[in-house]
Amino acid sequence: MRKIFFNLLLISFLSANAQENMHPAAAQKNPVLIKNGTIHLGNGQVIENGYIFFDKGKIVAVGSGNYDASPVTSIVDAHGKQLYPGLIAASTNLGLIEVGAVRSTGDYAELGTMNPNIHSLVAYNTDSKVINTIRSNGVLLAHIVPSGGLLSGTSSVVQLDAWNWEDAAYKTDNGIHLNIPVLLNRPGQPDQVKSGLEKMEEVRNFFREAKGYNNEPVHAKVNLKFEAVKGLFRGTQSLFVHCDLVREMMIAIDFAREFGFKLVLVGGSDSWMIPEVLKENNVAVILSQPHSLPSAEDDDIDQPYKTGAVLQKAGVLFTICQDQSFGYWRQRDLPFQAGTMATYGLTKEEALSTLTLNAAKILGIDHLTGTLEAGKDANIVLSEGDLLDMKSSKVTKAFIQGREINLDNKQSQLFEKYKTKYSIK
Amino acid sequence: MNRLATLLVCVFLAVAVQLSGQETYPLNDVANPREGCTAFIHATIIKDSQTTIQDGSMIVRRGKIETIGKALPIPKDAVVIDCNGKFITPSFIDIYSDYGVAGAKADGGSGDRGGQMVSTTKGAFGWNQAIRSEAVSSTIFKVNPAKAKELRSIGIGAVLSHQMDGISRGTGTVVTLGSEKENKVMLKEKASANFSFDKGSSTQDYPTSLMGAIALLRQNFLDAQWYQNKPAGEGINLSLQAFLDNKSLPQIFDGSDKWNDLRADKVGDEFGVQFILKGGGNEYQRIAEMKATNAPFILPLNFPLAMDVDDPIDSRFVSLADLKHWEMAPLNPASFEKANIPFALTANGLKEFSSFIPNLRKAIKAGLSEKVALDALTKTPATLLKMYDQVGSLEVGKLANFLITSAPVFAEKSVIFQNWVQGNKYIVKDEGWKDRRGIYSLTLNNETYRMELKGDVAKPDILLIGQDTLKTDLEITDRLVKLSLTSKKDSLFKVKLSGVMGDENWNGRALFSTGKSSNWIATKSSELSLAVDSVKTKKSDSPVRIEGIVTYPFGGYGNKEIPTQETILIKNTTVWTSEKAGELAATDVLIRNGKIAAIGKNLSDSKARIIDGTGKHLSAGIIDEHSHIAVSGDVNECSQSVTSEARITDVINPDDIDIYRQLSGGVIGSHILHGSCNTIGGQTQLIKLRWGLNAEQLKFSNWDPFIKFALGENVKRSYYPSSARFPDTRMGVEEVLTDAFTRAIEYQKLGASKRKDLELEALSEILNKKRFITCHSYVQSEINSLIKIADRFNFTVNTFTHILEGYKVADKMQAHGSNASTFSDWWSYKMEVVDAIPQNAFLMQQNGVNVALNSDDPEMARRLNQEAAKSVKYANMDEHEALNMVTINPATMLHVADRTGSIKVGKDADLVLWSDHPLSIYAKSELTMVDGIIYFDRERDKKLREEILSERTRLIQKMINAKKGGEKTVPAAPSFAVKNYCEEGCHDGNSLLDRLEHRQTSTELQ
Repeated sequence: MRKIFFNLLLISFLSANAQENMHPAAAQKNPVLIKNGTIHLGNGQVIENGYIFFDKGKIVAVGSGNYDASPVTSIVDAHGKQLYPGLIAASTNLGLIEVGAVRSTGDYAELGTMNPNIHSLVAYNTDSKVINTIRSNGVLLAHIVPSGGLLSGTSSVVQLDAWNWEDAAYKTDNGIHLNIPVLLNRPGQPDQVKSGLEKMEEVRNFFREAKGYNNEPVHAKVNLKFEAVKGLFRGTQSLFVHCDLVREMMIAIDFAREFGFKLVLVGGSDSWMIPEVLKENNVAVILSQPHSLPSAEDDDIDQPYKTGAVLQKAGVLFTICQDQSFGYWRQRDLPFQAGTMATYGLTKEEALSTLTLNAAKILGIDHLTGTLEAGKDANIVLSEGDLLDMKSSKVTKAFIQGREINLDNKQSQLFEKYKTKYSIK
Repeated sequence: MNRLATLLVCVFLAVAVQLSGQETYPLNDVANPREGCTAFIHATIIKDSQTTIQDGSMIVRRGKIETIGKALPIPKDAVVIDCNGKFITPSFIDIYSDYGVAGAKADGGSGDRGGQMVSTTKGAFGWNQAIRSEAVSSTIFKVNPAKAKELRSIGIGAVLSHQMDGISRGTGTVVTLGSEKENKVMLKEKASANFSFDKGSSTQDYPTSLMGAIALLRQNFLDAQWYQNKPAGEGINLSLQAFLDNKSLPQIFDGSDKWNDLRADKVGDEFGVQFILKGGGNEYQRIAEMKATNAPFILPLNFPLAMDVDDPIDSRFVSLADLKHWEMAPLNPASFEKANIPFALTANGLKEFSSFIPNLRKAIKAGLSEKVALDALTKTPATLLKMYDQVGSLEVGKLANFLITSAPVFAEKSVIFQNWVQGNKYIVKDEGWKDRRGIYSLTLNNETYRMELKGDVAKPDILLIGQDTLKTDLEITDRLVKLSLTSKKDSLFKVKLSGVMGDENWNGRALFSTGKSSNWIATKSSELSLAVDSVKTKKSDSPVRIEGIVTYPFGGYGNKEIPTQETILIKNTTVWTSEKAGELAATDVLIRNGKIAAIGKNLSDSKARIIDGTGKHLSAGIIDEHSHIAVSGDVNECSQSVTSEARITDVINPDDIDIYRQLSGGVIGSHILHGSCNTIGGQTQLIKLRWGLNAEQLKFSNWDPFIKFALGENVKRSYYPSSARFPDTRMGVEEVLTDAFTRAIEYQKLGASKRKDLELEALSEILNKKRFITCHSYVQSEINSLIKIADRFNFTVNTFTHILEGYKVADKMQAHGSNASTFSDWWSYKMEVVDAIPQNAFLMQQNGVNVALNSDDPEMARRLNQEAAKSVKYANMDEHEALNMVTINPATMLHVADRTGSIKVGKDADLVLWSDHPLSIYAKSELTMVDGIIYFDRERDKKLREEILSERTRLIQKMINAKKGGEKTVPAAPSFAVKNYCEEGCHDGNSLLDRLEHRQTSTELQ
């Protein structure tokens, strides 16, 4: 169905333009002091009545009480408000698709099964109208992930306030993405486990050859696919393996071990069954949306809500994502999905950390962001109330690398337009 | 070999054919008339389940029973068969068979994009290919010797055979399993009219769904009534004529599932027909409902095989329902016996007929009495066919259709030796017919040996003792015998004997290894004292242990007993009334007889169960205006642009686990809608989530019926450009609507003799304000158009659902009087939602439109309170007004606000107790009650989880043991339920199944 859905679709569509009256913010000129706020550092700690001082895009100081800043400083009084690190969407096709059902707006899945050499960054559309709706809920960074095939391609992390993809790049080419074929047999289907394992052997062979290729500095002919995975062997990239079932996760772990790759599992629906194995093997997980139905008919009705707590308890490094076909516009629900995990076993600060420090660690950007600490980028969200609860989340200010971004979006503009029509204040 | 076989058949036919008198078929031989008189003596004769004759005799002549009794005089011309020690039982009758008529079946239709709107069947038949009332199985019946042999080997002697193809399948014919000409074995030309919900080989689009099949069948009943008066416009319609002609026959419906059985019976009730229901084997799970149908049943013995669950990764996705069914399926016939419901048994549905008798024994071990088992295979089917005067017991004048067995027919090791059909002998198994066991004296080359034959009657062991004990191999082929002797002492002594076994003496020639040969003879000297077969009378071993119990629903989270109403007093809680009273702090709510009895401070009731609500919040239960849970089959009848005859009410599935999951999210009621595949979809059904009750009990009583309409991209099949179905544009959609209502008006003007048209009836109800629309809609142009059509035809569009651009025309909606049921924040998944905004609900509400939030999604439905909270976030909506969007507002738009949707004295006690502020992400429902019955209790849920785990563990271990014990297994089958959405392809990732399928598709792309 889905294949037909996308493949047969031949409707033409004028590509989306940015909201014409909105533009990315200019680089931070003056230092900013935010004071009197409740500061959620993103690492589990909270500072009441705290301040953040940042300049030239970097956080200079964070603490409680008063901070003595220079006279040219802009001062934000955050009394009664909540401060958070910019949230990170850890796996998304944001900017690679605009309208799900309109095929021509999609740039997320290339043809063929072995495409480590395609790069999500170059197709990332900074003018997508979806982006502004995401960041106005506090998500300021996103890991842009290609999908499809076995080796889907190379991903990058972007910040969500940019003129073009070069401006947007936050960490370029940080990961290679592998989809494990489904290793579960279902009645009436050919043996998926067997054919899946055979496909995995092809992938292994690919990497065995790539290893050899990359050991040899001189080549008669350049192989773009082998070149593309160089960083995995050097440890500068992580391998993101998309899989859900225990058998698939075990295969992923075994696979990464053979090549010594840094491994991140994406999906991990059944990761709650093997938290110790994940911990022992130092495997990080980007957990599929907690707002899911239980995987099996008899599973605990709240299993997807509480899987995070199981991983937390076992000490597994994890974050969450909203991937799949709604993986673009639904990024704005990420804070609430974290909130659900807080209802089902995590503390609120742990739930927050999944979208901040944990995600930054997993994406290899924790030296830049993920917490509100001196020396890191000033990626800051200011909310009137609890950011993880839709009842109280109201983001009124946000900064990316110290730049105060415009929190307007197409939807709020339409809201204003029709408020005018109906004379609503 | 083939020639020989043909010759034998010819000889046989020549013999059999002449049993009776004059006939039309010419002979290619001289006349060879025979009486076919056979006397069976000294048999234990089971005449029927009530009567057994010990040492009885039966005389058969010309294919019928001439006399039967004790010590009868034997006619001189009789061939005498001594049945000493053997048992004679009437052979079985299977009334659900396609013996001799099974045709090549095309694979079920072409789905919703095929574009075949009318039948391509040749002849003056009806409009739909799946209605094949004109089919007459007797005209295509052909004797199939191989199949007949297979069926005879499991004891069947006669069948009711019909071509299992289509929804109305025409007539079945009763035939015996003899090898004679078709006209000889046919006992009744037209013995039944057969039906199912499966369109079979029809290549026509309609119907694509179960509810469409039901609608088609209902319309067919109506059309036939109308056709009785030979309406001029219709001309000749042979399908309807045949349907009418067949009405006096027994009407058999293939339900093949407990709920489908009930659906079929309901159709029968509507049109005054009592169907005989052919079940699916899971009826024991709802035996009270089966009993209430008053139908006789035909039950299969299709007990599932154990699954291979050694690997926990595979067993993980096998549902408890499937595990339980594996254990409990053999209880099915016994449950019918216990409930005193008449039933016949069938071999239909078995992968291999050889499992029929073993499964029958399993059913007996599970509690089915042998008497009822025999009736279910003889008298009951014969009676259902009104043919008990001919078959079904052994009585004078009835057909000589019987089995000769080594032991009572159901006994564990009983062997069917012969299956006699119409007085003709068919050997099933010859070995053991003649009991040759005993002590013999064998003389060979002047030496005498003692020869002992013992053990299995069919395959005796041999022991030969002379000077020493000889190693002996015995090989028997019919009456020919081969013996091979080797001396253990003298390795050179090797002799091969071959000969013929007479009744008392065996003799033949022996060839020694030396080349010498001589005669040999063996003479029976005595019977073995132990020769009496020990299995003859021995009862099969003790009944099997089935520890599982039926739960409601059958499976995980099912109730052992249906929960009942209690008097409940919730003390000291924060009450969100969804009434003008707003929020009441520290208040008590008393629930009695399913209603809210009192709201106030310091309430008391001595009989009440007290629930402490301190620190908690009580709200009205959530009502989901747009849901597709709990439906069997497709939610779309996609084949035509107008299918107002299709009804969700026909296909409610009370077993859907999402009912329970949504109760856990505080949902108490769901409006189950047809999908959005066509402009005028099907009729909807409002249900309450009474987990464990049956489909009828789930339905909201006395509600104003609704119907689903749809506009826009889905309706014009935007994602299937090759679709041939009109319309392809919003312009065409408008015309479809105008045309439909124009036709409905003209229909209403027709006189009393009009053909009742279910499609137009539903549309007329709309015009008469007896049925109300909920219309899938997105963009302002189409919303506006529908309002204009409604104005023109003088009705109101009750609800616009989805309605993501409602905010653009909220004033028009308000003026028209429509309600709106929308998503909180969905957008951008398709072109018609690029202007959707999360402030839509608020803007509509500000214009005076009654607004609800819905899910259209089994996952999101569990969090509708949080979806409501998004209007607080995005548009600063008042919290109470936000919560009302999932409580009183949907109740209002569904016309049930007088009974549910708020906390008010006298209303149904449909309530949720929340752990926290009901709009908060941190709130869990602790109790959800419907009609004052607690269907979800978070504490009880913990216990259920433990029970599920222990029951799963027990059954998986039992399956593993069964495999170890040598039982056949099949691979573990994950039981992922298909989720229904209105927005196809847009809810991906909400469940593991979606993710797996997505990944599977992408890794298979080349």
